[in-house]
Amino acid sequence: MLEINCPYCGPRFETEFSYGGEAHIERPKDSENLSDEEWGDYVFMNSNTKGVFLERWVHTSGCRRWFNVARDTVTYEVLAVYETGSKPPKLDLRKDV
Amino acid sequence: MVEAYLRQSPLSQLALPSRAAEETGDAGVLMAERPFRRIVNLRGDPKSEAFQNAAKSVLGAELPLTPNSTTSPNTAAASKDASLLWLGPDEWWAISEDETPPLADKLRDALTGQHAAVTDVGEGYSCIAVSGPNAIDTLAKGCTLDFHDSVFAPGSCAQSDMAKAAVVFRRLEDETPSFEIYVRSSFAEYLWRWIEDAAGEYGVAVSA
Amino acid sequence: MPARFRLTEGGRIDRSKPISFTFNGKVYQGFEGDTLASALLANGVHLVGRSFKYHRPRGIMSAGAEEANALIQVGEGARTDPNLRATQIELVDGLKASSQNCWPSVEFDVSIVNNLASRLIPSGFYYKTFMWPASLWMTYEKIIRNAAGLGKAPEGPDPDKYDKTFAHCDVLVTGAGPTGLAAALSAGRSGARVILSEQDATLGGSLLSEPDQQIDGQPALEWVAAARAELEGLDNVRILTRTQTYGYFDHNFIGLMENLTDHLKDKPANLPRHRLWKLRAKQVVIATGAIERPLVFSDNDRPGIMLASACRTYVNRYGVKPGSKAVVFTNNDGAYAAALDMHKAGIHIAAVVDLRAYAEGPLTEKARDAGLRILDGHAITATAGDKRVKAVQVTRLSDDGESAKAVGEHIECDLVAVSGGWNPTVHLHSQSRGKILFDEAHACFVPGDSAQASSTAGACNGSFGLGACLSEGYDAGLAAAKAAGIKSRKKGSAPQAEDRDFLPARWLWLVPGDKPLGHGGKHFVDVQNDVTAADLHLALREGYRSIEHVKRYTTTGMGTDQGKTSNVNAIAIVSQYFGCPIPDVGVTTFRPPYTPVTFGVFAGRDTGDLLDPARKTPMHALHEQAGAAFEDVGQWKRPWYFPHEGEDMHAAVNREVRACRDSLGVMDASTLGKIDIQGKDAAEFLNRVYTNAWLKLKVGSCRYGLMLGENGMVMDDGVTSRLGENHFLMTTTSGNAAPVLAHLEEYLQTEWPELEVYLTSVTEQFATVSIAGPNARKLLAELTDDIDLSADAFPFMTWRNGTVAGIPARVFRISFTGDLSYEINVPASYGAALWQAVMTTGEKYAITPYGTEAMHVLRAEKGFIIVGQDTDGSVTPIDLGMDWIVSKTKDFVGRRSLYRSDMDKPDRKQLVGLLTDSPDTVLPEGAQLVEKIESGPTMAMVGHVTSSYHSPNCERSIAMALIKGGRARMGQKLYSPQADGKVITCSVSDVVFYDKEGERTRG
Repeated sequence: MLEINCPYCGPRFETEFSYGGEAHIERPKDSENLSDEEWGDYVFMNSNTKGVFLERWVHTSGCRRWFNVARDTVTYEVLAVYETGSKPPKLDLRKDV
Repeated sequence: MVEAYLRQSPLSQLALPSRAAEETGDAGVLMAERPFRRIVNLRGDPKSEAFQNAAKSVLGAELPLTPNSTTSPNTAAASKDASLLWLGPDEWWAISEDETPPLADKLRDALTGQHAAVTDVGEGYSCIAVSGPNAIDTLAKGCTLDFHDSVFAPGSCAQSDMAKAAVVFRRLEDETPSFEIYVRSSFAEYLWRWIEDAAGEYGVAVSA
Repeated sequence: MPARFRLTEGGRIDRSKPISFTFNGKVYQGFEGDTLASALLANGVHLVGRSFKYHRPRGIMSAGAEEANALIQVGEGARTDPNLRATQIELVDGLKASSQNCWPSVEFDVSIVNNLASRLIPSGFYYKTFMWPASLWMTYEKIIRNAAGLGKAPEGPDPDKYDKTFAHCDVLVTGAGPTGLAAALSAGRSGARVILSEQDATLGGSLLSEPDQQIDGQPALEWVAAARAELEGLDNVRILTRTQTYGYFDHNFIGLMENLTDHLKDKPANLPRHRLWKLRAKQVVIATGAIERPLVFSDNDRPGIMLASACRTYVNRYGVKPGSKAVVFTNNDGAYAAALDMHKAGIHIAAVVDLRAYAEGPLTEKARDAGLRILDGHAITATAGDKRVKAVQVTRLSDDGESAKAVGEHIECDLVAVSGGWNPTVHLHSQSRGKILFDEAHACFVPGDSAQASSTAGACNGSFGLGACLSEGYDAGLAAAKAAGIKSRKKGSAPQAEDRDFLPARWLWLVPGDKPLGHGGKHFVDVQNDVTAADLHLALREGYRSIEHVKRYTTTGMGTDQGKTSNVNAIAIVSQYFGCPIPDVGVTTFRPPYTPVTFGVFAGRDTGDLLDPARKTPMHALHEQAGAAFEDVGQWKRPWYFPHEGEDMHAAVNREVRACRDSLGVMDASTLGKIDIQGKDAAEFLNRVYTNAWLKLKVGSCRYGLMLGENGMVMDDGVTSRLGENHFLMTTTSGNAAPVLAHLEEYLQTEWPELEVYLTSVTEQFATVSIAGPNARKLLAELTDDIDLSADAFPFMTWRNGTVAGIPARVFRISFTGDLSYEINVPASYGAALWQAVMTTGEKYAITPYGTEAMHVLRAEKGFIIVGQDTDGSVTPIDLGMDWIVSKTKDFVGRRSLYRSDMDKPDRKQLVGLLTDSPDTVLPEGAQLVEKIESGPTMAMVGHVTSSYHSPNCERSIAMALIKGGRARMGQKLYSPQADGKVITCSVSDVVFYDKEGERTRG
């Protein structure tokens, strides 16, 4: 059971949150001009990273805000949380994972 | 105004007033329904001075900006007895028992033209009061939050889950641990029964 | 009469409080403070069970959680638990215990033939023999499981109450031996919130078995009592005894199980039996001690062969002589403490057989001084005795220890006390993903770096001296409090004691027998899983290399035991086989639970009515009074139909459906999801999340909307009303309110933060009473005097504010039934009052409450879809024939997906109607349809039925279906083969069956 530090409400149990998949994938504004493959890639494909992964969570049982999490998918360590729309913080990626 | 007798609280089926004890003995947990709370949900940008000022002009107190905190009723203020609860970075509750001033209307007027939202939500919630020496033990059975004094001091509030219901907790400024649990009315009966069952080992009494 | 093997004095049992219990039907006596194991031993009972695979007689081998033999069934009927360790069952008056894994009795077990046939049951036997043909494995498994008999399941629902709770602390100290007590003291004194957990009923750990120890110059147990008193006096410290820390999970989430009443004869009615603690600890100090390691020698599993430290515990803690004539078999100095204590208690020590070429060490010298017979450089090479060991063969070892020389000495005994060194209990550290290292000096695995916010201290850290345990524990407690952010309030100092290790030792992992391995007696490595050294060798000969594979193939270290006594011996034997150092073999992962956890605690009190919330509308009690049958819609309880006396469901639904077309029906629609949408961009927001256009909707009007996922598939539908220029009220389907709000918030917050819109759920703010039928307007006219109900003033798809039955209301003229219909929203607390007013006023129109089933029929007559019934996440608006609602001129969520090449395929399933040839036949929902009936199965399926009812208004059955290329098949015959072999013939039709022009709705 992870503990996730909601950037607004503070540390809460994982059960209060819902997972939103990979972060920093922007919805294409010109979908008209995308090929089926490009559009399909946007809708269906997420990377499956081993190590530090930038992902979205929403505090479903709390403030209902979406935010981003940098999480190590090997150790489950939460390395950082940051607001939607902001850039990921600089992380020490030399960490042994 | 509509005839009050037409109203029914979500827990009216449990006939709680008839169970309310004068003497609660050595019950570790006291429970009660606090029906018909007026709750106004307020949304807006706390970074906007205009928003803050407009809210304050109606509510008579600063909106709490510290996460999970409340502002107690301010008797001198225009809203008289509204408590303000921080629910999120741009969301608050103003809770009052007062029937007469349509707080939501006043807020809407004050916030005209601003990016804000005022919504009455009190009809959709039930308030269950849980207090007593074992109140914290009881809440811990159903909620992942840490209710210890050092974390959830009197005056704190939080949105979370209790058992399998989404709730808003509020800890009152009382000497014995006293909490209000706001739950959507459709869950109220389930949650009441769940808490009463959880508190069973400490002894439960229904308070007036 | 005191039991035969009970000492007249000593121990921590209360001889003034006798306790009766039964074991395998026979009555025995014990004392308060006994475990089942100590009481049985006091009565001379050693044989307590049969082994898992070979059904060999087995006795009590330990005095703690590591017990792998004495697995016992306690209780009977519905109130029974299998697989409890006799060594951990506290004796309580009236306890009923029995052996398991034996038939017909533990004394005579027919499956003992497995032992004679053991050459035929090698490792991997089950894999090799029973996996072919694969289809029969389930059958084989059943028989194998029966023969194995891992205890009996309860015969009825568990009558006991269980509880679970969350908890938080700064420092969890798990284990309350000397190390844990020292840690709890230092952390507690610093002011940290401490939980001290201990699996035993009392604090003290190993000190309970070593009363001669001294701490701070006083007897150790006096120090324990003082420590306990101090901790109990600190309100920041909670002590949980009888509490097993069973699992260490991510982010310092710890699982503990507390046993509250098993040890009580009269169980307080208010207390749960067991409690699950779901603990988040900022820091964890693991002080779980160490477990003595058996030696692997020939036939080392007979009853009466026990761990030396267990013998010491029985003598010192329980005042029990585990035997009369003992042979101690050791490879280290530490075991001599057991020899001395047993000797002092009057047990004859026939010999101490020591694998070391020269026995030395402080305790060894004491034993020598006490005149004990020490046979160093010797080994036990064989044992005798069926249901109890009666003799051992002791033989001089070759210098390298690989073989035994010549013929040995036959020594009679009824107890063999074994010590092969000690294994730190690294289970929790390993569960937390902490690294495990090999300690060469002590030949054991010790914790390496922690992976989480935890530390290990004392014996579980490989520090075996008491002084070291105390100082490590004290330091660990202080450090943990500091790491948890506590600024120490008080200073103290670590308790002092002498250090005494169990070294020196000689590591001889596989003691030679009198015959080659696999030919004479069995060298058991894992007694719970009946794995021998020969089994390990066989697995290695067959090519298994990874220790994880060896573990699974031989089952060593698996199951409830998790290798507490077997793990290191198994790894060492593997390393020897390969001739590589032990660390190169690696170590298998220890998995939770450390010891088994009662299923009941995971359910806790979430059973019966409390299993899941039953959401009730404000009118629920009235529906109950009206005799409604309820249907679950999500967590909501919705009236399904309202049967009159003598009516079945079919009759009730037909009556309700007719009433809505003929006169007046009323339904509770409060469960519909409602989302309040405010902000200057509210209309633009709706424009982006719905397929149709919203910018020009007038205030006072309503519009139906279809919401798609980004994949183009229908996810929800509903009516949204414009309450003001910048204010809308959206409705969602009942089961979908929360997912839809989440979907909207996601787009609003993450894709379109520039839109000035706020969303608030108001589902429960309003109670909704929906009236439908030709008399709906007349009824409403009687209840309101401030709304103009004329068709011109209040047309279809608009809403009006007013007062209904004296209650402030918002009335929507919308319809899901296809008839004249109004939905009246009032503040929720007035819902019951409104319902009653409508019912009373409606009497003259024979007002008929209707449930979800009638609603489904009514809307199906009109061909209206229900999302989730007629759609399944793979259906687009085009598939539904709802192109009319899909804007061609604006973007919306899911739009681009509708233009993927796949969407043009002519064989996409499309929504159509079906009319059966026989009007009385109702197609089953979900039925598959084919174009042509073949002689046998595998016919080409062209679609399936999504909704199907008898329609009283059409006076025939009607159905909706998703059919490949359905709209091009109008009039075509399709066939639905049924499970009973019958075939239903039907033809494809339009999906609207009733009032195709919609005159009734707009009337």
